[in-house]
Amino acid sequence: MVTIAMTDLSVRLAGRTVLDGVTATVPPGALVGVVGPNGAGKSTLARAVAGLLPPSAGSVRIDGRDVGAVPAGDRARTIAYLPQGQILEWPLSVARLVALGRLPYLTAAARIAPADAQAIERALATADVADLRDRVATELSGGERARVLLARALAVEAPVLIVDEPLAALDPGHQLHVMAMLEGLARGGATVLVVLHDLGMAQRFCARLLMLDAGRLVADGPPEMVLTAERLAAVYGVRAWVGVVDGRRTVVPVARI
Amino acid sequence: MGKTMMPAAAVRRAWLIPTLILLAAGLAVLSLATGQVPLSVGRVLTVLGGRGDAVAATIVLDLRLPRTLLALGVGAILGLSGAVMQGYLRNPLAEPSVLGTSNAGALGAVIALYYGLDFAGGATLPLLSVAGAVAGLVPLMLIAGRTAGPLALILAGVAVSALAGAGISLALNFAPNPFAAVEIMTWLMGSLEDRSFRHVAIAAPCLFVGAVLLAWDGRALDALSLGEDAARTLGVDLPAMRARMLAGLAIGIGGAVAVSGAIGFVGLIVPHLVRPLTDRAPSSALLPSALGGAVLLTAADLLVRVVPTEQELRLGVVTAVLGVPVFLHHLLKERRGW
Repeated sequence: MVTIAMTDLSVRLAGRTVLDGVTATVPPGALVGVVGPNGAGKSTLARAVAGLLPPSAGSVRIDGRDVGAVPAGDRARTIAYLPQGQILEWPLSVARLVALGRLPYLTAAARIAPADAQAIERALATADVADLRDRVATELSGGERARVLLARALAVEAPVLIVDEPLAALDPGHQLHVMAMLEGLARGGATVLVVLHDLGMAQRFCARLLMLDAGRLVADGPPEMVLTAERLAAVYGVRAWVGVVDGRRTVVPVARI
Repeated sequence: MGKTMMPAAAVRRAWLIPTLILLAAGLAVLSLATGQVPLSVGRVLTVLGGRGDAVAATIVLDLRLPRTLLALGVGAILGLSGAVMQGYLRNPLAEPSVLGTSNAGALGAVIALYYGLDFAGGATLPLLSVAGAVAGLVPLMLIAGRTAGPLALILAGVAVSALAGAGISLALNFAPNPFAAVEIMTWLMGSLEDRSFRHVAIAAPCLFVGAVLLAWDGRALDALSLGEDAARTLGVDLPAMRARMLAGLAIGIGGAVAVSGAIGFVGLIVPHLVRPLTDRAPSSALLPSALGGAVLLTAADLLVRVVPTEQELRLGVVTAVLGVPVFLHHLLKERRGW
């Protein structure tokens, strides 16, 4: 069980402050979503938490240790990160691709051990891509690729999972599946931070939301506190319908203001 | 091969490595048997076995062995470099000659040789050659760090290659050298004619160090299939890896071109040929590409001696004839959004 603590976290990229004084905690056991309009700093937050961007001020601590100070190998086994954009440069088989998630555990000359093979099988099964194992990943549909790349991140079996926009390119069925899976991982004790554009999914599955606007944290709390009509109008510039469907609170953006 | 198969176990066809080794060994023996005095394969093998007559021994060991060893070694480093550059840059067109590293290294060698530079004794030539290769690589790495487009890198490589090639011509034209025209061809197209053990001694340490540095980061190359961010979160230390790779390329290619000139396309063709016989992960292509490079260059070097021409064909002529179709094929695929 690992807790992420951001304290007054600021990140400057190319001379511009992209993330400005964010203080928030991501505990294990509950799915935490990051929402906000394009360019609000969501991906930058995810990358900073993953240790990919040095803070210009403030800190990211993983169980009290500064993420930049954790040795690369330890960090790789602690934090699994799935970048947005479905990056896959070579036509690898699905099984080979998912096996890349075991790299943090392999020493220089070692082959995949049975324990690694089992982790790969679990990841394939969890992401529902076991039947694609022998397919060439670059030849899959966008939705299939998204799930295969997610399986790669799952194969790390790290206590922390950071996922940047996993729902792009997924049909509604697989969106629900992926969100339920992330929620299940969090409930199982993982620390899961997911960047989302779909406010309905954020409302439906996240236990807590961090809302960013122009690099600042403007709201932090349960979805019903964060995704209010007033705040969606102020931050996204949209009029949203907020109501109850099937006994669940539901948020649907309706029109630009 | 059921569900229990370990995903990373079957990285390549089992026969690939033994076949390449046998091919390299067979071609090396043929190469030793070929020349102005034709020797039978049997006589060559007798000499290699430590017996054999004095005449055959002199021809095989003193005159031909250096050339054959260099063909194997230079071919191996070119093939390996191609596989590493393609893996690192995630670009199937990257290789030392296309990206200008070979020409830049050869320019360093030309300057050392034709201006009689000698500040480090026998190491002057390979040192300048390595320095040339570094100079050719640095702008490419700067561009690779900035843009995502694979074609921008190729264009930059073509520019580096052309500039270094022009530099070679210029340097040879200004040098006090009556054979400039022939020499320009040798350095731009590559040749292993009349090489001695002095050349082997220059190249061997560079090839060895270069190969070790290049083969070091196979796993990291695999991780880069997922992009730089994902690779870093898998524990890859990118700056250290990049430094090792640059050093490996510069030392390996520098050492190779110092004795052979710039030989084109080996690093392009070989990974392209072996990759379908592997699981297509960058690390799986490294060893077969090195062996395949040795095979290809030894075969090409055999061919330039067998083809009846007044003056021996340059190696780069043969490799370009083989390599340009591969290059064009990939460029056309690139347009479909590789």
